[in-house]
Amino acid sequence: MAERLPVVLVTGFLGSGKTTLLSRLLGRPELGETAVIVNELGEVGIDHHLLRRVDERTVLLGNGCLCCTLRGDLADELRDLLSRRTRGEIPPFRRVLVETTGLADPAPVLNTLLAEPVVSHHFEPAAVIATVDALNGEGQLEREPETLKQVLVADRLVVTKTDVAEREAVDTLAERLRGLNPAADLLEASFGEADPALLLAPGELDPRLLVLPDTPPHADVEPFVLFIDRPVDWTAFGIWLTMLLASRGADVLRVKGLLDVGAPGPVVLNGVQHVVHPPEHLEAWPDDDRRSRLVFIARGIGKDEVEKSLAAFDAAARRP
Amino acid sequence: MCALCGVLLTSHWAERDSGRRERVFRVRLLNRVLSHFGLELGDWGGRVYVLRDRKGKTAVVGDLGGLWTAAEALAGRPLDPLDADLVAALRGG
Repeated sequence: MAERLPVVLVTGFLGSGKTTLLSRLLGRPELGETAVIVNELGEVGIDHHLLRRVDERTVLLGNGCLCCTLRGDLADELRDLLSRRTRGEIPPFRRVLVETTGLADPAPVLNTLLAEPVVSHHFEPAAVIATVDALNGEGQLEREPETLKQVLVADRLVVTKTDVAEREAVDTLAERLRGLNPAADLLEASFGEADPALLLAPGELDPRLLVLPDTPPHADVEPFVLFIDRPVDWTAFGIWLTMLLASRGADVLRVKGLLDVGAPGPVVLNGVQHVVHPPEHLEAWPDDDRRSRLVFIARGIGKDEVEKSLAAFDAAARRP
Repeated sequence: MCALCGVLLTSHWAERDSGRRERVFRVRLLNRVLSHFGLELGDWGGRVYVLRDRKGKTAVVGDLGGLWTAAEALAGRPLDPLDADLVAALRGG
């Protein structure tokens, strides 16, 4: 099968600096072969030969679940990009950047990339980048559910406007973001400048970041990390996680981590509500720590009950 | 089927790249879970699952993604893996 083209999603609340970040990014030579899909053409303010505009349009599927909607606009645009590239009407491109509106939920975008048959065959989600404004981010996290969701779903959090905010405010926000989403990398951007290599790398899990704060970072969200020091049966895990997401998916905002399935390397897991990336089996562990480590960001679900339940499913798989 | 290149498309993430032996094992393990809710699962030709309740009502499902919704509809109640009784049953054997 042909290699899938990576799609990087740039999200962030209104005025949080995602367009500035995108504009700066697209000016870099490394971003030359990039197709860009945005909502507002004028805002990006650069002349880019592969810049396309879409109207956010979601298609609600039969089960009525919001995270499992398909973004029909995005699917149409991606299919059109592909067919025009095949016909030679546009230059080849190696990646796609998608900028969402500030109020957009990233989950349907991920679902479109993973579940829409043609799109998922040719594209794959590479990373979700969320911009958070150092001046207003704290307040938005409290007031705007969209901001909170974008932060929880991100693989990479970019604190913007650090040039105009007090250092202390930037540090306080950064600490809160680490607590909310321990699975994300944290970067800072002054005047929209950030290293493209760091921003666009695949959304892998850095085990050094898995340290949780003493106090809950948000009243509605309980992040926790499961460390498991023996292999977990992969079949049992698949049954367990699909059952958990089917019954509690609306409240399991994020699952991300490395799972020891008894092979030389771990399985990489990355899920947003009901939307799960195809698990990747690595050939080796990224560090000396061979324990499974799974970050859960959930509402109303405790670490203890999750740990016991997974252990019970695993035990059932090991009984003759 | 991919409209652009004509290739047959993906299976569910939890069942991808699994062979016949793993599928048999999955059905056996699923039955340890589903029996707690009065349900039984069969494999039909290695291609679809057939879910059955004690009254003989059945549902055909293609993969794990569709299984839990169908199971909940047949059982008439939520199937929660965190349910303490289910966890105890799975531990006890």
